[in-house]
Amino acid sequence: MPKIHGMTIALIGSAIAAVGVMIAPLFVDLFQIMQLTVFAAMAILALSLGFIWGYGGILCFGQTSFFGLGAYAYAVAAINFGDSTPAIVLAIIVPVIFAALLGYFIIYGGVSDVYLGVITLTVSLILLNLVNSTAGDVYKIGTARLGGFNGIPGVPTINMPGDSSYILSPEQAWILTGLALIAVYLGLRVLIASTFGRVIIAIRENETRAALLGYDPRIYKLLTFMIGGAVAGFAGALYVNWGAFVSPTIFALGLSAQIIIWVIIGGRGTLVGPIIGCLLVQWMVTEIGSQQTLDASFILGAVLIGFVLLVPKGIAPTVRDFVAARLSRSNSDTVIEDVKQ
Amino acid sequence: MSVTPLLETKNLTIRFGGVTAVNNVNFTLREQELRCLIGPNGAGKSTFFKLLTGQLQPTEGHVHLRGKDISGAFPHQISRLGVGIKTQVPNVFDAMTVEENLWIAARQKHTPIFSSDLAEAIMTQLRLTGIAKREVGQLSHGQRQWVEIGTVLAGEPDLILLDEPAAGMTHDEVDRTAELILEINKKRALVVVEHDMQFIRKIAKTVTVLHQGAVLIEEDVHTALQDKRVQDVYLGKGLAV
Amino acid sequence: MDIAIIVGLDIISGIASLLLISAGLAVIFGMMKIINLAHGEFLMLGAYTTVLSVSAGVNIWLAMLVISPVVVGLFGVIVERCLIQFLYGRLVDTMLATWGLSLVIVGATTMIFGNTIVGVASPLGGFSVGQYQTSLYTPFLAVMAILLMVLIWAVMRFTRAGLIARAVMQNPEMAATLGVNPAKVYMATFGAGAAISGLAGGLLAPVAGIVPTMGAAYIAKAFITVVGGGTSILWGLISASGLFGFINQIAAFLTTPVFGEVILFISAVILIRLLPLGISGKFFKGRL
Repeated sequence: MPKIHGMTIALIGSAIAAVGVMIAPLFVDLFQIMQLTVFAAMAILALSLGFIWGYGGILCFGQTSFFGLGAYAYAVAAINFGDSTPAIVLAIIVPVIFAALLGYFIIYGGVSDVYLGVITLTVSLILLNLVNSTAGDVYKIGTARLGGFNGIPGVPTINMPGDSSYILSPEQAWILTGLALIAVYLGLRVLIASTFGRVIIAIRENETRAALLGYDPRIYKLLTFMIGGAVAGFAGALYVNWGAFVSPTIFALGLSAQIIIWVIIGGRGTLVGPIIGCLLVQWMVTEIGSQQTLDASFILGAVLIGFVLLVPKGIAPTVRDFVAARLSRSNSDTVIEDVKQ
Repeated sequence: MSVTPLLETKNLTIRFGGVTAVNNVNFTLREQELRCLIGPNGAGKSTFFKLLTGQLQPTEGHVHLRGKDISGAFPHQISRLGVGIKTQVPNVFDAMTVEENLWIAARQKHTPIFSSDLAEAIMTQLRLTGIAKREVGQLSHGQRQWVEIGTVLAGEPDLILLDEPAAGMTHDEVDRTAELILEINKKRALVVVEHDMQFIRKIAKTVTVLHQGAVLIEEDVHTALQDKRVQDVYLGKGLAV
Repeated sequence: MDIAIIVGLDIISGIASLLLISAGLAVIFGMMKIINLAHGEFLMLGAYTTVLSVSAGVNIWLAMLVISPVVVGLFGVIVERCLIQFLYGRLVDTMLATWGLSLVIVGATTMIFGNTIVGVASPLGGFSVGQYQTSLYTPFLAVMAILLMVLIWAVMRFTRAGLIARAVMQNPEMAATLGVNPAKVYMATFGAGAAISGLAGGLLAPVAGIVPTMGAAYIAKAFITVVGGGTSILWGLISASGLFGFINQIAAFLTTPVFGEVILFISAVILIRLLPLGISGKFFKGRL
């Protein structure tokens, strides 16, 4: 496991990425800036699952529940307050509370991975049906109508904190979202390097041993699950901000599957992996969308099956192991070219 | 009874369906005592340890630690009261290094810096320093056992339960383990489950023999191993005593 | 009084539909301890098979009761041979692969049949209870659900395949030492589970809007039922369907169908907190 060395690389990489984010508007057009913004918001969502699954060992098939709740919480609060700052706070708090309640029941119930995955997936399906059924005037929170399957249009986008009349331009929104991605990445890196992070990895590796050493696995898992909910909710707020619109399809099975695919492709047990996986898949889906012959679901499903069968670790860990093997081989000066499997 | 024993079980019993794995066991251990627990396979030794550490809940009876009833408590709670266990099958953190395994164990009680020092000291004591940066998953069975013993020591428990600490070790390693146990015993109480009678003779003073979940006898080691009933129990399994 | 009869019929039909849509999933879960995430698509394929057979001039009863289970069952066997068998012992990867399969099936069906709703006419008429009209097809589904349970019970109880299945459910390792080939058992399990889902899909065809994505509408309830029931195939399924079907219909009657589903889910989550191994893990341990 890389420690000090890895953290230095992460910091340098983040600094370069931050500069890239800032100067990107000088080089690409508005359409591409918009595209990059939604990719970055989705990449934060990918980080949330990459963290709880890859490090916490929590198999959550319905991570989009927290993303969607964050998005709806942002939309409702932004419409009511006319100011995005408290809306973003609520977009984090609401999913965290939901994750705490749900997590209490399933994690303290001590259910297996299989159950956890299925129950969390079911949650997203139920939320989809629930929000879909909120058409009509009775379903409104404050001045915000939930709108059922039509969703909520015209959501106020992000403004400068303290000045609700200063709305961020698309370029500024991009810089905010891009920097948010980098900040979330670094925040999670620090968290993983902390005692808390090491304990959750230990629990992932061997829950029995962790308990026999005096750590309560349930509270650590619950906190991990809640942090994942917070990050996903924050991503949801940024996502709504991108399109000024949210609809129940945010809870649909397709997005749940995509989040899993991002993390599988990129690799569990890394943070860069899920970001790479997310960007690759987003780009691929956009490309597929621009032609008519192949269905996106079909390709995504095939990619998922292919990775599970052939590259179960995902891209980032496979590359990392390969590089590590090459380095140690050149160090020991052995010139054996063994065939890759 | 003037002094409260470190560990005391009262009528401890667990049944799985129709099988009584641990049957009405009354077991007492003094502070800093070293006790060996022997008995043929299936005698209930590992199950007894799981009851002591909260991995299983007793069907009947109680476990007291320094007079406090801990039956029904969670494993992490019992651990914090000062009970450490090396399980029969090594339970370690495979994807972490030896150093990190010990650090995590020490960190439960101590500050990060003190934990690093403690991990360092234990690695020296157990001669693990050379493999400090290796991932535990890549080590041999014997080395993994040492790492697990190290994590138990790093938790600084008052009572250490060792389930077959010498299994799968070479002759030299077995000798070292025996020495280590005697050294640990200077400060802490231990209960050791082992099949290797040479090993038992080296370390034991008092031996408790379990048979079919119940205490057969509890005697001084020489008397116990000469006992006709103990020999019958073991001869049934074809083991030389 | 009439309303009581109607609500009673609703409860029976709710329980029956849970039994039908969950049975195939329960068979695979009970034997292999995984949740087949392509379950909804197996139902969908069953429904499409019936629709296509009927439009090709086949008798609807034959299509629903024979062709759908056979076609989807064979499909299940193929899936097991081409995909699942490579992932034995990797529970999470197996579930992920079935999820990928689900996406592939939805995508392929969309490319072939398009995203339009098709359907078949119900082969049975209606009847009335006082002022309320209801379809004869509802009690028919209840009868089919009961027959399916009896069939599963009889197979488990009286056939050699059932004996092997019970042995595997109890203790897979031990079953292997008895000379049972686990590969064959899992192939047969997946085939049987798929066939039952195909049958359920066929039976649902006359009462469902059939689109490639229809599976998603059923899986939430099926997942809850199977997880709540636990790994004992028959008793877990029957107890969970009974409990959840009742709760769902009463809650739906008092509020709306969607809130009925929400209340169903909340009660299932509370149940899981109390009984992490499901109802059968507590009350029907080691039974069918």
